[in-house]
This record gives sequence, structure tokens and C-alpha cells, in this order.
Amino acid sequence: MRYGMAIDALKCVGCSDCVVACQTENNVPIGYCRDWIVEKTTGTYPQLQMEIRSERCNHCSNAPCVRSCPTSASHYGKGGIVLVDENACIGCKACIASCPYDARFIHPEGYVDKCTFCLHRVEKGQDPACVAVCPTKCMYFGDLDDPRSEVSQIMKKRKWKTLIPEAGTSPNIFYLI
Amino acid sequence: MIEEIITSGRMNHEIDPQLHIWGWEIPLYLFLGGLVAGILILSGVFYILGREERYPFTIKILPIVTPLLLSIGLFALFLDLSHKLYFWRLYTIIRWNSPMSWGAWTLMAIFPLSILWSVTWLEDLKPQWFNNYKWLHSSLDLLRKYRQKLAMIMVFFSLILGMYTGILLSAFNARPFWNTAILGPLFLVSGLSGAAALVVLFSKETREKKIFGRIDLLLITIEIFLLIHLFMGFLSGTQVHIEAAKMFLGGPYTTFFWVFIMGFGLVFPGILEFMELRKFKVPTAIPAILVLIGGLLLRIIIVDAGQASRWLY
Repeated sequence: MRYGMAIDALKCVGCSDCVVACQTENNVPIGYCRDWIVEKTTGTYPQLQMEIRSERCNHCSNAPCVRSCPTSASHYGKGGIVLVDENACIGCKACIASCPYDARFIHPEGYVDKCTFCLHRVEKGQDPACVAVCPTKCMYFGDLDDPRSEVSQIMKKRKWKTLIPEAGTSPNIFYLI
Repeated sequence: MIEEIITSGRMNHEIDPQLHIWGWEIPLYLFLGGLVAGILILSGVFYILGREERYPFTIKILPIVTPLLLSIGLFALFLDLSHKLYFWRLYTIIRWNSPMSWGAWTLMAIFPLSILWSVTWLEDLKPQWFNNYKWLHSSLDLLRKYRQKLAMIMVFFSLILGMYTGILLSAFNARPFWNTAILGPLFLVSGLSGAAALVVLFSKETREKKIFGRIDLLLITIEIFLLIHLFMGFLSGTQVHIEAAKMFLGGPYTTFFWVFIMGFGLVFPGILEFMELRKFKVPTAIPAILVLIGGLLLRIIIVDAGQASRWLY
């Protein structure tokens, strides 16, 4: 089993609902976020093009954060979800330096915090909070190893890309373009 | 013209707008770690070569400061941790993939080794301090019998310590400026050069000063070569590596690096040491102090610039 997410960059309007839902669901301390919005504008007026992406930890299959962690606090959990064991984290920040997506931050309590794909919800068969709340229904979450899952189906139909594949991280968040 | 504007909705402290997780603690530790590695390598190697009488300061006296320098470095490292009370978790596991893990274990080996090594010499220098401790005296005698083996083990772990301080950074693929294998050898050579400078600075033997001045000149030359190599590697690399090099070739780090590190930290002391070799009268302390300051500044700028460099997407 390999959990992944496909996000439709053509449908996303950048409303930040996913960001707020995540902060509420996961009690993210004020001033921090586990997911965020990137608006990328290219071209010269009037020929402009905009891509809006909801970004978060890519739950990489070859995660540099897991590799660089000296205590195994960063580890692969169920379905390849990259997690942090806060009681093993010493706060050395090597994982933060090693993440090309800058998806990690230091929780005010000292340990490193990040997106968990809402594992506590996924275990109950629910979607992650960001997916569940999206008003344009632009996110798909599921098992990439299962060809019948919603996320596998949509990726068969649509063109997609990952972020910085050349960093060698094998990310598991896909942007439908 | 094509304009590209990226607006991000993220504002996490220590990541945005630019990574700044490591302040003065890490460069100070890298500098002291490298210096200790350099001192122990010089001491161990020249002891193995049997130069005890010729270079007494290098072999016997200088290593005595290493436990203190390491303690300061480790304390800085401890200050940097944000989840301090859990630091012991480092020693519950060995992770070969993580340079920080095997660095922590190397320190676990080198710290007691440096204490053992310096205490045996301390007793030779100040036997009166040990008069009241018979048991210590006899165990040190035993240790002295195995000094040659101790030196070999110590040099081995010191080499790892010296290299690892660079590899620690070069393992971070996500920060293009750090992501070069040159950092390992560069930090090792810089540490050795700093150690040689300490000998020049504090040794009382003229012959020892002279020889280590020459050794330092050689190390400075290698270091300049490695630094040029670093930029050649970046400039022939991918776009992100070219961008990383540009920070030093016209970018924000240009003046600081080329004037204070390459200029006053390497080339100028190199010229002074070369002039001394040519029998000009040069106060030996000047190049030595410049080399030491240059070594610290090199760590500071590399740790800082690495955090400023990133993948573009």
C-alpha cells in the first residue's frame, strides 16, 4: 500500500480552506501551517498564466528527511506516510535542512512537526481534512498501489507532474495539469 | 520578457522567507570539531613517526586543550537542539544513512580518546600533579605501553571527525550550495591548517614553528585549490548549482568571501608564510591568527550560504 494524493491545479482556486481545515483538525500552533498555497504567475501582461497549488509534505518514497534523521524519529508509517515520533526527535533540524519542499517546521514545544496525511482520520477510513473540506473537490486521496482507487483512476485519465522530481525524492503528491 | 511571480501562503518561522535554522552554534561546533581533529591527527601521526623529541609542542602539549575545545563545541551543539531533553535519543540507535548519527557516535569515541591521550602526556609534563593518585599512575603506565595503538585508533577517528563535519552538510541534497562532496576534504584540510597555525602561534621551539609554518603553507595551498574546485564543480553543474555559485560570484556573499576568507584567511597568510620561507622577517603570529579566523569565517559563511540556496520550482 502506498498513500498518495492528486491535486487538480486547474480546479484549485487558492481559497486556503485546506490550510485552515488542517490547522483546525491537527491543532497546528498559531502562526504555523502544515499545508500552504502557492500561486505561480508566468508570462507578461496580457498573456498571463497562473497555476495555483495546494502544497504540503510530499510523503516521498525516497525521503531525505528520513535518511538524515539521526534518531529515526522521522520514519515511514503505514502506507509510506512520512511521520515524526515527537518523543524521539531531538530538534537537530537536519530533516528541515534536507527537505527540498520546506515542508517541516519546529513546533513551539521543540520537536519537528509536519503533515501526517491526517493518519488518525485515514485509519478510520476518512479522507485527510484538507481533501474532505475542499470546496472545488480538487483533491483525491487514496492508495496508489490499488488501480481501482479514485486517485489511481484520475491519474490514468489526466496529465500530471510532481514537484522537483530531479531532487530524487520520488514524491507522492501529484499535480494534475 | 517572461515574469515569474510565486506567492506563497506559508510563513513558518525558521523556513520563510528563507531557511535559517542554524545560527552561530553550528559553525562554531564545526570549527572546533575540525580544529580538534586537526590537532589530534598532527599529534598522533607525528608520534607514530617517532618525532616526539623534535615536535614536543605538537605531540605532547597541544592535545591537552582538545577535551576543552570539544566540550565547548558540544555545548554549542547542545544549545542548538530545540528538543534538548531528548538528546540522549542519539545514542539509542546507529543510523548509517545519517551523517549526524555517525558523527554523534564518532564523538562518543573521540572524546574519551582525546582525554586519554592528553592525560598520558600531562603526567609526563607535570608528574607532581599525579603523586597523590597511585591508582591513576599505574593505569596511565599501562596506557603508555599501548600509546602507539592508541595513536592509530585516535588518528582514524580524528580523520572521520574532520571529514564528517563537511559531509554533514554535503549530504543535504535540498541545499545546492552544501551538496558537494568537496566539503568533506575541505573541512578536514582547513581543520589541519588551523591546528598547524596553533603550533606556529604557541610553540616555543623555533625549528618546530618553522616546519609547521611550511606544513601550513602546503595546507593553505590545498585549501585554495579545493575552494576553486568547489566553484568549478558548481559552475559546470545544474541550474540550481550555478545559482548557488552565483551567490559568491557577484551575489550577496561575494565581498565577504573573496576579501575576508579567500584574501585575509588564505592568500595573504599564504604569501606571508611564503615570504618567511624566503628569509624575510615576518611576525609568525600574523599569518597564524589570520588562518584561524579565516577557518571560523569559512564555516560561518558556508553554513549561512547553504541555507540561502535552494531548489527552484
